[in-house]
Amino acid sequence: MASWGEASESRLIGKRIPRLSGRDKVTGKAKYTFDINRPGMLYGRILRSEIAHANVVGIDLSEAEALPGVKAVIPIIEVGKKIRYQGQEIAAVAAETDDIAKDAIRLIRVDLEELPYVVTEADAMAEGAPQIRDDWEGNQSEPGVREAGDLEGGFAQAAVEVEATYHAPVQTHVCLETHGHVAEWEDDQNLTVWASTQAVFGTRNDLAGTFDLPANQVRVITEHMGGGFGSKFGPGVEGRTAANLARMTGRGVKLMLTRKAEHLVAGNRPSMTQHVRAGATSDGRLIAYDMKGYGTGGISSGAGFQAPYVYHVPNLRTEKMNVAVNVGNQRAMRAPGHPQGAFAMDSLMDELAEKLGMNPLEFRRINDPSEVRQAQYTLGAQEIGWHRRNSVPGSGTGVKKRGMGVGSGLWGGGGGPGTQARVTINSDGSVEAVTGTQDLGTGVRTAIAIIAAEELGLNPTDISVKVGDSEPGLPSGGSGGSQTMASVAPVIKTAAAAAKQKLFERIAPQLEAPVEDLRVGNHTIYVVSDRTKTIKWELATGQLGMESISEGGQWDEELRQGGAAGTQFAEVEVDTETGELSVIKIVAVQDCGLAINRLTTESQINGGVIMGLGQAILEERFMDAQTGRMLNANLEDYKVPGTFEIPEIKSIVFDTHRKVTGVGEPPCIPTPGAIANAVYNAIGVRVRELPITPDRILNALAEQKA
Amino acid sequence: MEKFSYVNASSLEQVTALLSDSGWGEVMLIAGGTDLLAELKEYVETPKTLVNLKTLPGMDGIEADASGLKIGALTTVADIAKHPTIQHHYTVLAQAAVSVATPQIRNVGTLGGNLCQRPRCWYYRDETTDCLKKGGDICYAVDGLSKYHAILGGDPVYIVHPSDLAPALIALGASVTIVGPEGEKTMSLEEFFTLPAANPYRENVLQPNEIVISVQVPPAQPNTKSFYLKAREKGAPDFALASVAGVFEMDGKTCKSASVVLGGVAPAPWRSKEAEAALTGKMINEMVSKQAGSDAVKDAQPLNDNAYKVTLTQNLVSRAAMMAAS
Ligand SMILES: Cc1cc2nc3c(=O)[nH]c(=O)nc-3n(C[C@@H](O)[C@@H](O)[C@H](O)COP(=O)(O)OP(=O)(O)OC[C@H]3O[C@@H](n4cnc5c(N)ncnc54)[C@H](O)[C@@H]3O)c2cc1C
Ligand code: SF4
Repeated sequence: MASWGEASESRLIGKRIPRLSGRDKVTGKAKYTFDINRPGMLYGRILRSEIAHANVVGIDLSEAEALPGVKAVIPIIEVGKKIRYQGQEIAAVAAETDDIAKDAIRLIRVDLEELPYVVTEADAMAEGAPQIRDDWEGNQSEPGVREAGDLEGGFAQAAVEVEATYHAPVQTHVCLETHGHVAEWEDDQNLTVWASTQAVFGTRNDLAGTFDLPANQVRVITEHMGGGFGSKFGPGVEGRTAANLARMTGRGVKLMLTRKAEHLVAGNRPSMTQHVRAGATSDGRLIAYDMKGYGTGGISSGAGFQAPYVYHVPNLRTEKMNVAVNVGNQRAMRAPGHPQGAFAMDSLMDELAEKLGMNPLEFRRINDPSEVRQAQYTLGAQEIGWHRRNSVPGSGTGVKKRGMGVGSGLWGGGGGPGTQARVTINSDGSVEAVTGTQDLGTGVRTAIAIIAAEELGLNPTDISVKVGDSEPGLPSGGSGGSQTMASVAPVIKTAAAAAKQKLFERIAPQLEAPVEDLRVGNHTIYVVSDRTKTIKWELATGQLGMESISEGGQWDEELRQGGAAGTQFAEVEVDTETGELSVIKIVAVQDCGLAINRLTTESQINGGVIMGLGQAILEERFMDAQTGRMLNANLEDYKVPGTFEIPEIKSIVFDTHRKVTGVGEPPCIPTPGAIANAVYNAIGVRVRELPITPDRILNALAEQKA
Repeated sequence: MEKFSYVNASSLEQVTALLSDSGWGEVMLIAGGTDLLAELKEYVETPKTLVNLKTLPGMDGIEADASGLKIGALTTVADIAKHPTIQHHYTVLAQAAVSVATPQIRNVGTLGGNLCQRPRCWYYRDETTDCLKKGGDICYAVDGLSKYHAILGGDPVYIVHPSDLAPALIALGASVTIVGPEGEKTMSLEEFFTLPAANPYRENVLQPNEIVISVQVPPAQPNTKSFYLKAREKGAPDFALASVAGVFEMDGKTCKSASVVLGGVAPAPWRSKEAEAALTGKMINEMVSKQAGSDAVKDAQPLNDNAYKVTLTQNLVSRAAMMAAS
């Protein structure tokens, strides 16, 4: 049975190893899709609707076509079809320069017949609202109902009850590199696309289907990419358009989304509104939970959220539905449905604990079935100094008040089969590890080098890792669901082990030892029973001549495991006169199985916490009912954390077992709940709406006074 | 952005000649460009000609002597922030300057551009929304989303003036020198800014053919304390949700005179005569400072989403007063 061995046996795995691409990234040498410039390349731009709902009556491309420097203009939407949200694609151009392309899309004349629209959940649900989906009544989907136990019986046992409404607005992904592609045809049968994508092979297959080509005639390359967070799983309209423009013009075409388009159409985390009534027994058991909630994911569905979350409730009823609005659609976003659900649940837990007169951590201990989190509560509480929190919320003196809170999370991240990989040992001793996965900035490239180097007794820098290219024909799945590490690691390990085995078979006769007795370490192959028998790595591989060793790997169930529990503690300070909130410290205790690279694992946790922090204190999409437009489709009024907002983050890699578990998504889950509870502990008034901005804090304080 | 021709200015006469009889928007001045470029890129402005002021000789630099300060319009915000005399004797101005945007923007953004910058209102900055300020019929903030809008002096246009330097300079009693076809004139900076009731389309008295060349600040008084308090949602870059520029001449805990100017709450920097009256001649304690705070906002008329600014402004004014007394 394959295993990753004991920690004591690992030379590299589990250590802190700097990212292999780090130097290239900070020096600017690393090429992102945005940086790809092909000889003779054209620039693509897309004309988008500024109207949220309209019939397309006419599109006139002629003026744009006549502009010097314009090489192609194509309609994207057909006349007679409907525009259903601001930002929807109308037409596209390819031109000699980006400036000409920008001018050209403004010369496309579009005749739209405006239709009534709704862009906020409240407007969509209002009596007499315009119906924007034929298949839903009142712009609302059929509610999904779940029942367990005996709700009324549960409430009958409750000593305390809380009834509250929690809300989280739509959040957008804000990938620092916007969605985009550079597409180039070699002839009309062979397409190469540089894509900022989370799915090299998914993008290849989509484009092959679009252009009716055999998959092996489409090559997709993603050397480095600047963030996807769930929003980049295929070429999308913009990728297909880039490829289309490239085919029409016979030139390379670069088409990257603008920041505005990125906010409008490239996905978002749906909103959540939940009205919940819950009860607990006098000895602190969560006993009954009744929740009605909704969210919007644009005109599509997909606005689910977790409710209840992580804690055990025996008697419950939940009713959830989607609300349709004329706004760009949701896409998966880092732990879809979890952070907003966790925020509501952890707020509710604190409200119940307070009614019971219980320490919120004690209340969690009673209701949390996860042994892992139980241990994390102890560790995290110690690290933040939980005993320092206000035992009476809001009881701190002075204008600036501090408080502490806790939140919890849960994720899968167990990976799955479907990755192919190859490890090659060349006669000069060089080693290549190749697979079709992609490194979104998570560090999987470095992890692959670590695994291969550990197996082959080399250093990570000795391994040349090739990822982010479909050409070697070694598919791997899209990087979503925190699955990449757990899917790729077993296959790389078994490929490296197989290559090693082949090399041992070659060398064993020379060393006059059975293959099973050979080991490799420190660039040397040796015989375990007679350490005088050794051969240097390069001398051994030198004998391969033209016959490089090249071995594939196998999926191995035993090398990975799903399930990642997490707990976070937050300390905040609230200026009660200005409503300004600073997060002082976050302690993130994150279950993650075997951390292949402790350094990049911590980095993932830091990144998740920062994203959760943004959702907790800053990020909110503002939709204007009068114009149907997003008012903050930029990075001035759509605020994301900067250096001033980022607190001390103590990322604790809580490695509970030696099997690989993905950790990309879970660290963003508990943050908003922990911060919301800390704010309450600081000021003694609860803000039940994200983000917790100065206006909401001041309004809550004013209500408390009144 | 639309195409434009670009002229490097060589003299003030040339600039005013280029500006003359073009009206607003045809010929525009560019200094650091940190505000203007965004307007051009969003097609909010589409000038035919840009006149680059940075090539004008002698318009940047800070003169500090017994007669006070003279700051050229092309002086960068960064240079104001780090000037030792300003830091020591005109603290409110140094604090306001360092609160502006980010180091990069402060390094290129100028004083003239800071005073003449256009509103940040999210309806105004959207090319396709034709609001009252841009010649349309309605102010969308009235029925729309108004979290960042005015609580004082709004009607009929509810922008807030975005400048951080302006409230500080007005609190220091600054004057501004303007050059037009008829030559040079100097006026108080407070009167330079106008409310929408007078002119909904512009934020100051500047005519299309005029240019700001410098700002003068009278000598700092002894026993004066000054502060710039700016509340915001994020560290940087962020505009003020509300700000207070306070200059207090103190005799121990007694306030001999006070100058209180609010930012981020009105379409122009808002001198709070009410707060000044509540403090002048008083021994400052918690009660007096609270009174000054509530007097400052007694005429506030919040829109749907910005009532919080009333509390915020009130608290900032009280805080500034308490700081003066401590
Ligand atoms: C991200 C961001 C954050 C910001 N944050 C802040 C902030 O916190 N506080 C703040 O106060 N500002 C802020 N700003 C605004 C910033 O642009 C100004 O502070 C800066 O000082 C403007 O100077 P400039 O020279 O770049 O102006 P420009 O962009 O060159 O000009 C601005 C306007 O003034 C006119 N103009 C320029 N000089 C003159 C002159 N001498 N006479 C007449 N008209 C003139 C121009 O025609 C133009 O209309 C921010 C800007 C950005 C982009
Ligand atoms: S506040 Fe001014 S700029 Fe904003 S919508 Fe109203 S009129 Fe237009």
